Amino acid sequence: MKRFLYILAFLFLLGGLFTTNALAQSGTPSDDEVNAIARKLYCPVCESTPLDVCPTQACHEWRELIRTMLAEGKTEAEITQYFVDQYGARVLAEPPKEGGFLLIYLLPPAVILIGVIILFRSLKEWTKPKAAVPAQSAAQVQKDDYVSRFEEELKKQK
Amino acid sequence: MLAEFGYGILLVGFLVTVYSLIAAIYGVMDKSAAMVESSRRGMLLVFPLLSLSAVSLIYLLVNNHFEVAFVYEVTSRSMPTYLKVTAWWGGQAGSLLFWAWLLAAFTSAVTIRKWERDIEFLPWVIVVNAITLIFFLGMVVFYENPFTRFWVVGGNVEPHMFAPAGATLFAAPDGNGLNPLLRHPGMVIHPPMLYLGFVSYVIPFAFAIAALITGRTDDRWIRLTRRWSLWAWLFLSFGLVLGGRWAYDVLGWGGYWGWDPVEIAAFMPWLTGTAFLHSVMIQEKRGLLKHWNMILVILTYALVVFGTFLTRSGVLSSVHAFANSPIGPFFMGYVALTLVVSTALLIWRWPLLQGETEMKSMLSREALFLLNNLLFMSVLVVCFWGVVSPLASELFTNQKVTLGPPFYERATAPLFAALMFLMGVAPLSAWGHSTVTTLGRAMWKSALAAVVLTIVLFFTYTQNYIALIGLFLVALVLLVTLQEFWRAARARQRAQGENFFVALSRLMGRNRRRYGGYIIHISMMLMAIGILGIEIFQTETQGALAQGEELTLEGYTVQYRELASWPDEGEGVNYTRAVVDVYKNGIYLGELTPRIDYYFDSQQNMTIPGQRSTLKDDLYVLLVDWEDVSHAGATFKIFVNPLVNWLWIGSLLFLIGILFAAWPDRDPAEEPARSGASRNVRQASSAD
Repeated sequence: MKRFLYILAFLFLLGGLFTTNALAQSGTPSDDEVNAIARKLYCPVCESTPLDVCPTQACHEWRELIRTMLAEGKTEAEITQYFVDQYGARVLAEPPKEGGFLLIYLLPPAVILIGVIILFRSLKEWTKPKAAVPAQSAAQVQKDDYVSRFEEELKKQK
Repeated sequence: MLAEFGYGILLVGFLVTVYSLIAAIYGVMDKSAAMVESSRRGMLLVFPLLSLSAVSLIYLLVNNHFEVAFVYEVTSRSMPTYLKVTAWWGGQAGSLLFWAWLLAAFTSAVTIRKWERDIEFLPWVIVVNAITLIFFLGMVVFYENPFTRFWVVGGNVEPHMFAPAGATLFAAPDGNGLNPLLRHPGMVIHPPMLYLGFVSYVIPFAFAIAALITGRTDDRWIRLTRRWSLWAWLFLSFGLVLGGRWAYDVLGWGGYWGWDPVEIAAFMPWLTGTAFLHSVMIQEKRGLLKHWNMILVILTYALVVFGTFLTRSGVLSSVHAFANSPIGPFFMGYVALTLVVSTALLIWRWPLLQGETEMKSMLSREALFLLNNLLFMSVLVVCFWGVVSPLASELFTNQKVTLGPPFYERATAPLFAALMFLMGVAPLSAWGHSTVTTLGRAMWKSALAAVVLTIVLFFTYTQNYIALIGLFLVALVLLVTLQEFWRAARARQRAQGENFFVALSRLMGRNRRRYGGYIIHISMMLMAIGILGIEIFQTETQGALAQGEELTLEGYTVQYRELASWPDEGEGVNYTRAVVDVYKNGIYLGELTPRIDYYFDSQQNMTIPGQRSTLKDDLYVLLVDWEDVSHAGATFKIFVNPLVNWLWIGSLLFLIGILFAAWPDRDPAEEPARSGASRNVRQASSAD
């Protein structure tokens, strides 16, 4: 009987172990869940390679850290913030839209807007009817100047 | 001995270029045709000199001369001979020599043309080419010398060109080997194509500067360099496409374009070059935009040098690395000097560059081309700022930032959409004058058909509104362009009584630039289908599998069968290859073999995907990880990339289109010049 109880206790423990393991496995975040966050992050070493596809050992460890944090119940925002706190804003695919970083987002549209204004003002100017064109344009004068110089050059070569 | 010869001949080439520069300037100042001719012959001599130097370097590379530092860095005994040759441009010093060698070749090609009609351009073209060549050769001769050798000095191994006192030559038993990522066939051709594109743009720039200095600011310089511009664009485009295919095949992240600063460095001159290709037509047809064309060609040249600087100075890793780089500050200084001098010349000649006619309508083809230029410049602003702002942030705030794909995609997507819309409208507008009514009448059928097609796609394919807008634009441009082919060929068929296909081929042959351009527009739309497919509809999953287990995605089932790992000592690689079986909706499609190649010499992995390609989609399987000994388990990442093959089909058609437009027939330089203000404005769009 005692022996039976020992076996039962052993089996119970073993069962418990397996159950715990199975529970842990079902709670382990999948690669896809990890990659969904990793693809928005960049490690400071691997330039221009998102974390989800970076093959280095360091990036592999970062991905495992994300997995651990997800398993601990941390949200995507919390995990991202952890990496920003540790390594700075450079780990983000884009800097946050706040403070001095706003300049990064505002400058291109401002320059493009200036381009649009210049283009439409020029187009308006150009399409305005103008006074009669002088008989000989500046380009023609230039051409004649060129021809005379060219002829001079030819004479020299002869 | 050969290293000394290679370096010596390089030095002679450098000195001959300096002589040619001085002789050309002296020839102009002293009005001495003999000195200009002497300078021309000097430039002709530089190419064979640099070729000898290049052959010396190739000999050293192929024959494992590891006493030469450059040979040690980029080759190893296990590399095949063809890779040892291409290692010439696989490292900094060699690639700078390669740049200079190409420029010397192009300069020779330019200087041996017939110069009778354009003799006054000659000395200034030589001056610009010589200055560019001196800059690059100077860097090779004084800072990045590929012939530097290792010497044992006081027990230490140091790189020097010539033996320090008491030093003995040191040769390592084997070299580092070329970066394995650069051993792909696409990467073997990709850098020379980009460099060919980069260097070709020096020639239009040289003629533009010659036109500014001589004051001969009509469209002659544009006609003389039209073919150079087209070939430059061809090479640059080909280089970009090859780079995309290489990234897709080798980098193992399931994409073709990552908005990486190095990619953008090559993309920026392509943007200004494309804008230039369109805007020169306005100057040729209407005598307008002379200032703008000068600005574009100057910008393109500056961006070519800037692009080389970005990739070669180390500035992208860190601004501090740039400051420590021996060539970084020189590059920066040269770009700045180029811009300052070119701008000063432009301001000096500004009054001579006035338009010869007026712009009549906001919807004329020239106005729409201008809008096209604005859009290309807007994409350039985004790209330039995207590359420069992280550097500026690091420099001024000491805080590094990353600008990844989301930044570029959000900023450029509307600009590309607007460019696509223009591609649909501009071919229907007329030079000189168009109205909403004439444009509407020309395009309503195509627009209506595109709307119907979009509605069908909404009910049968996707409800994603971004994809639908993109596909509507694709349909519009394709229909408008095909209609243009149809309408013109039918008109010729009726007028000449020819068979439709004869009429079409003669029509296209008579106006290669126009119809080559239309082929390019069609190819762009095919590429847009591929880009929309992968950007919007790409799906992926990753998982660790035991043998016999499977992953499923978009109807595909990928089942892990086996894995093998074996070294190839001769090649210096360890291959780890998995075999997976692929099923689609239960039907067996075959096996794929994703693998990881580990290169012993450089201690680097290369991830080669297993791919199954159809016109509908690509199944792209990557081996991520595996159990070392038993191989019982392995981790795979799989992507389904819908429509991506249209990107490659479009790329091929794109190259055909450029070749068609650039193929030599009648030399544009021999065409009669546009007669300026006296010319009547042609109204019909088909008249060009």
